[in-house]
Amino acid sequence: MLEVRNLSKSFGGLKAVDNASLDVPEGGIVGLLGPNGAGKTTCFTMIAGFTKPNKGTVRFMGRDVTGLPPHRICEMGMIRTFQIVQPFAGLTVQENIAVGAYLHHHDRAEAMAVARQIGKRLGMGAMLDRPASSLTIAGRKRLELARALATGAKLLLLDEVMAGLIPSEVSEIVGIIRQIRDEGHTFLMIEHVMQAVMSLAETAYVLNHGKMIAHGTPRELVQDPGVVEAYLGHGAAARLQEGHHA
Amino acid sequence: MKPQSMGQAVLIALALIYLASLYFMSSPVWMGFTINALIVAVVALAWNITGGFGGMASFGHAAMYGTGAYASAILQVQYGINAWIAFGAGIVAGAAMGAFIGALAFRYGLKGSYFALVTLAFAEVLRICASSFAITGGGSGLQLRLEPGLSTLQFNDRAVVYTILLVIVALVMALTAWLKYSRFGAYLIAVRENEDAARALGIDTYRIKVKAMAISGAFAGLAGVLYLQVWLFIDSAVVYGSAVSIEALIGPIIGGAGTVWGPLIGTLGLHLLGEGAKHLLHNAPGLNFVLYAVVLICALRFLPQGLMGLAARIGTFRKKENDNA
Repeated sequence: MLEVRNLSKSFGGLKAVDNASLDVPEGGIVGLLGPNGAGKTTCFTMIAGFTKPNKGTVRFMGRDVTGLPPHRICEMGMIRTFQIVQPFAGLTVQENIAVGAYLHHHDRAEAMAVARQIGKRLGMGAMLDRPASSLTIAGRKRLELARALATGAKLLLLDEVMAGLIPSEVSEIVGIIRQIRDEGHTFLMIEHVMQAVMSLAETAYVLNHGKMIAHGTPRELVQDPGVVEAYLGHGAAARLQEGHHA
Repeated sequence: MKPQSMGQAVLIALALIYLASLYFMSSPVWMGFTINALIVAVVALAWNITGGFGGMASFGHAAMYGTGAYASAILQVQYGINAWIAFGAGIVAGAAMGAFIGALAFRYGLKGSYFALVTLAFAEVLRICASSFAITGGGSGLQLRLEPGLSTLQFNDRAVVYTILLVIVALVMALTAWLKYSRFGAYLIAVRENEDAARALGIDTYRIKVKAMAISGAFAGLAGVLYLQVWLFIDSAVVYGSAVSIEALIGPIIGGAGTVWGPLIGTLGLHLLGEGAKHLLHNAPGLNFVLYAVVLICALRFLPQGLMGLAARIGTFRKKENDNA
């Protein structure tokens, strides 16, 4: 569904993303992991059209979308969410979701009805008439998801939707994401919360210093020496091995 | 357009009572004063589209106001074109000027005070141009020939002028209300609240902003044409002067930016205050602007949502949301 090939982006002398490639199959949940500053969010901004890559291509549903503006990409059915949640503070929760729904439903009554239905599906039925600014962090993360779904997007790029949530909230969102996937959506997610990655993602990519260093199932990845070293420092994998044997 | 609280209903009722009372007072002074206030209210409503809903605070709505007035005046005076056609042309010219300024400013991603400065610069450049060329009458301005009648859109009876203005203000407010609850309005508010999030949700923010400037420009151009038709004379200082731009933004900010009634209520309130002070202090020139500045500073400090926001907190109609976290 999504094919990213040799994506590269430099800021001045810094190679933020260097020759990164990845694939997301339709109906899958794919993780994108990596330590802080590895270039994950830069990858997202390029895939979703917010910044232009220096090199490389992004293909979505067989069409080349490299360098297209975000609203064109969103119309085609791919949408990103933000790590720092960005509700429209002056609007109610339902109106927030409706902004997403307006993309394919031009009539207000219709967009609001779609918003209500999606809000309810994500367990936000009681909050629909509240101002979005009154939501808790967990509520805002759900709203971010609801708004993205309301655009009718097929592929959702989630940037750390679990960050800042307590474990019980994490398992709620995990349940919601699984439910949305079963309804026919595809996910590419940046995530640090391992509980979520391990239970959701079928495959994952690991980015470090802008380069893809590993690809596999989450279980394989946690045992990959390269991945362990990316997180814990040079030589850490060997020391861990010794620890096991001793 | 529905008031959401007792306070707002009272505020709106007060404005309506004042406007209706003029029919019974038969005071030409008050009538003339309110006619002026209503013309300013139309520019204020124009500013409200971009500044209130879209969060793009312009400091140069005179650019569109003056362009509307001059377009109409040039067509009538220099080319002898019918006042009705010139009226429409003024609105179109205002919209075109708005779209042009918007397209240039947003093309380069100008926001906040940079956008305000560019709009101010446009208005000033246009003011200087208008006072330099022959077609705009140069420094002496343009004067319409006095020939009252329906075909020339000139009316001797002040009550008729006043009624027409009331109807136009009501129409512009109805359009504002319709816009507010349309897809375009939702997109405009989304752009104001968070442009990046809006872009991610599939909104072509550049287009929305330019469109908002065009609509706002049409309203401002309309106000300029109204001024011309009421007073029959314009010059560059009157229609391109920064006083117009200031009055365009001060009314909505004090009345409540991004509301339907705020611009009208703010403009009326301010003009009453300014006029009252002028009478009390024996017509000291420029005094009303000193007073406006004081009121503006107080409004920004104490009433971030203007009078409508303040009134919204008094006697809410909706049931109190006690589960508000």
